[in-house]
Amino acid sequence: MSATGIGAAVRRKEDQRFITGTANYTSDISRPGEVRAWFVRSPHAHATIKKIDTKAAEKMPGVVAVLTGADLANDKIGGLICGWAITSKDGSPMKMGAHPAIAADKVRCVGDQVAVVLAETLNQARDAAEKVKVDYAVLPSVVDPAKATAKGAPQIHDVAPNNQIYDWHIGDKNATDAAFASAKHVTKLEIVNNRLVPNAIEPRAAIAEYDQGNDALTLWNTSQNPHVARLVISAFIGMAPEHKLRVIAPDVGGGFGSKIFIYPEEVVALWAARRVKRPVKWVSDRSEAFLTDAHGRDHVTHAELALDADGKITGLRVRTIANLGAYMSTFSSSVPTYLYATLLSGQYAIPNIYAEVEAVYTNTAPVDAYRGAGRPEATFVVERLVEVAARELGIDPAELRRKNFVKSFPHQTPVIMAYDAGDYDASLTKAMEMVDYRNFGKRKAESERKGKLRGIGFSTYIEACGIAPSQAVGSLGAGVGLWESAEVRVNPTGSVEILTGSHSHGQGHETTFAQLVSERLGVPIETVSVVHGDTDKVQFGMGTYGSRSGAVGMSAISKALDKIEDKAKKVAGYMMEASADDIEFKDGKFTVKGTDKSVGWGDVTLNAYVAHKFTGGQLEPGLKEGAFYDPTNFTFPAGCHIAEVEIDPETGKTTIANWVAVDDFGVIINPMIVEGQVHGGIAQGVGQALLEGASYNADGQLITGSFMDYAMPRAGDLPSFKVDTTMTKCPSNPLGIKGCGEAGAIASPAALINAITNAVGHENVPMPATPGTVWKAAQRAVMKKAAE
Amino acid sequence: MYAFTYERPKNVDEAVKLLKKAKDGKILAGGQTLLPAMKLRLASPDTIVDLSRVKGLSGIKASSKAVTIGALTKHIEVMGSAEVQKSIPALAHLASLIGDPAVRNRGTIGGSLANNDPSADYPAAALGLGATIKTNKRELPADKFFKGLFETALAGDEIIESVSFPVPEKAGYEKFPNPASRFALVGVFVSKSKDGVRVAVTGAGEGGVFRVKEMETALAKDFSAKAIEGIKVPAKNMIADIHGTAEYRAHLIGVMARRAVAAAK
Repeated sequence: MSATGIGAAVRRKEDQRFITGTANYTSDISRPGEVRAWFVRSPHAHATIKKIDTKAAEKMPGVVAVLTGADLANDKIGGLICGWAITSKDGSPMKMGAHPAIAADKVRCVGDQVAVVLAETLNQARDAAEKVKVDYAVLPSVVDPAKATAKGAPQIHDVAPNNQIYDWHIGDKNATDAAFASAKHVTKLEIVNNRLVPNAIEPRAAIAEYDQGNDALTLWNTSQNPHVARLVISAFIGMAPEHKLRVIAPDVGGGFGSKIFIYPEEVVALWAARRVKRPVKWVSDRSEAFLTDAHGRDHVTHAELALDADGKITGLRVRTIANLGAYMSTFSSSVPTYLYATLLSGQYAIPNIYAEVEAVYTNTAPVDAYRGAGRPEATFVVERLVEVAARELGIDPAELRRKNFVKSFPHQTPVIMAYDAGDYDASLTKAMEMVDYRNFGKRKAESERKGKLRGIGFSTYIEACGIAPSQAVGSLGAGVGLWESAEVRVNPTGSVEILTGSHSHGQGHETTFAQLVSERLGVPIETVSVVHGDTDKVQFGMGTYGSRSGAVGMSAISKALDKIEDKAKKVAGYMMEASADDIEFKDGKFTVKGTDKSVGWGDVTLNAYVAHKFTGGQLEPGLKEGAFYDPTNFTFPAGCHIAEVEIDPETGKTTIANWVAVDDFGVIINPMIVEGQVHGGIAQGVGQALLEGASYNADGQLITGSFMDYAMPRAGDLPSFKVDTTMTKCPSNPLGIKGCGEAGAIASPAALINAITNAVGHENVPMPATPGTVWKAAQRAVMKKAAE
Repeated sequence: MYAFTYERPKNVDEAVKLLKKAKDGKILAGGQTLLPAMKLRLASPDTIVDLSRVKGLSGIKASSKAVTIGALTKHIEVMGSAEVQKSIPALAHLASLIGDPAVRNRGTIGGSLANNDPSADYPAAALGLGATIKTNKRELPADKFFKGLFETALAGDEIIESVSFPVPEKAGYEKFPNPASRFALVGVFVSKSKDGVRVAVTGAGEGGVFRVKEMETALAKDFSAKAIEGIKVPAKNMIADIHGTAEYRAHLIGVMARRAVAAAK
């Protein structure tokens, strides 16, 4: 291992600018002559727009234009789309309602944009926005997904009767029903996976600029995938031809999925910039972020697990209602289907699985992928069921898991996924040692002496990452391929530029990608730069989400580096008058096999460009190679998290006493960055389980519209995590990487709720397990005990 | 934020004049409630009268009988004051639990009392210690100062100058914070002095801070956690929201009161 190569815990190169405030975020950018945009948003969850009067607003100081949905329609700007087609059980396509970038005749959630004001200053735009008169006819609304399809529920989109978007299923119904009919024991659970607000530290932003001379548009935006944004805005929304639209996502302060999607505001900014022929800048404030960023999760599930007399799982049956909100966001349809139900086998060999998912419209913000996207929901279902089954059967939860683990690979589940490698026993065993499971009883007794309740909970999770083989996702309805691209440009002086289709918004690509180059080319990471996030600089790429940048993005770089190495050997061959086949390349040095003749990296790169030693006919000058990498399978990171909690039964306050995470991420490039990803993921999972929950009232008003009511996890809410890894190489990519970005958020909610329910002796603890809820559950257990 | 006129008077009289002149004038002390409300366009005062240059409104004076704190004294100063820690440790403890470091470095005791947020900490201390609030016009006992949600006995042109807390024999404050805002979901301040026992509750009451007479009577006889074990505060008139039901808040009053008594010193 070189000092800065694969496996080295080097410090992140990009942190210097992040920590010193010299990064370049979208809102840091100003364009000459720019105007500020502010949106007029609906205060109602559901209403028809009878009339919009913009006259008074237009007369306000500094106002450049006030634009409405009618103007947008006149200019033939298309609506936003969902790019993954899901087919219902009955063969009918999903029912996608229109999603204009500015609502024209109807609003469907609080915060829906009804007009945009452009003014010289932000304050002028806001002042004028208050003068836009919108005459609404308020309609009844529905926010609860379980009630959305009820008879008489308000109809949100005409194309989707009863607000049903699709009623999808996967697995073998008859075989699963038969497994349940012959089961010795059936465990049943009602589960609500709570709705979350992503809350990236940097709110969304967009600046659009129109170049009249070239009839071309540039968009700076907070995107996790600028090329996909360009493709959608060009091909589906019809803003401009793809080659006349440049999308730049500069430094982005966190995404967690919420910045994958194409949002109305950036579409409006582009359109408005061309209309008024001035750059248009829009920056979301935190209140808007709460209302309009795509939320996460929001499932209502009935789940059942069938077991035989030996405690072997024989079947799993799930029915989920997924709330997709008022409009179908870019990838919303795939999250509760192919990213959720395909993971319901967990780490277990389950012969029969049947899952039904009904996706519904409600008068709430759109719901789409949020860190883990479907996989946290699946893990929560499976890991809660297994834990409760163990308790009901009086079997140690670790033992029940072990008994049912997949033990040989590859393993084909009944729900599409083919697990390629793993060792679930190893991570469970290591985690149990680290948490000192044997002595949990002693610790529990000690807590009880202090009047406290103590509980322990497991989550042996699996996820499908490295998203994803293009052919496979295409057959499942995806509108895009999910490969990745890379270009390696070696400069004459030997420094290296990596142009990647991946996008870094906190992941540390500038460091880890450089580490791969350092490992392969023997150059220090300081001489490697990573270029990303600009469609004019970088070849088409698919972006970053689904823990794919390591497994897919770096595999593309690796492929390009193979080509660089081949070419460099040829150059070295000419320099040393030897055949390229006789050149060995190691630690940045090219040696003629069996001789002491060698040339260094810098000599070769310079020679590649001066080209004095070879003619163009023999070898092209230069050293630049590109590659596209399409994975052959998903990757399957897996592991075991164990949470131990102490609860004050008088107040219901949960304190996390102990947290152990043992993950198998395959080959690790930078253990420090991986550990950071695990910490952050657990923090988000703890947030979901203990603190966070987006809450709408019956009128569709978001009650948790600020941090005063929406509880984000803070350092003081979290323990010191004990984090370790086991390793089975991923066999499906050249680097053996599985991915680590989402694991913590996927694994942790189930571990924590299992620990809390274990402590209070009552299964009915919904998320977030606020002190009030835990107190009530503890009271129930006390009363139950007293009654016995 | 809407446009407003910014004034920075040098003394209280000038401040009062400016307030009287304004159509909808607001006093700016620490700004921890007012400024966020203005940024969200929920408050639109035409005039802001910033007290930061008014002399004599800040600082802590302690005698054997009372601790007097200037209205502009910041939470961090009360929290760190050796005199407060010695005379009324529960008060320093309370200040240390307010908000977060940013809030404690800007927020002031006068601002907190004048705002009378039903979940703020200081109203519990003022009522729980029987403090006297001194304004430019009069001296008001805490029992007559708090008038319900965000309402006090203060007139529009009345400015708090200082708050005087009698030194008790013992006092304690226990707070169960709202996990999101860190305001009190329930906070209970108890004190014992020669004038009797006081139990003041913040965070729970629909009408803001209030006293629990039944507990005070029981504690006057026996100042111990055990003495109030059987006392149940009714859930009626308790705040109920996504953070806690009325029953839960009522229950927490008992728990926090017992812990405050046990911790009192």
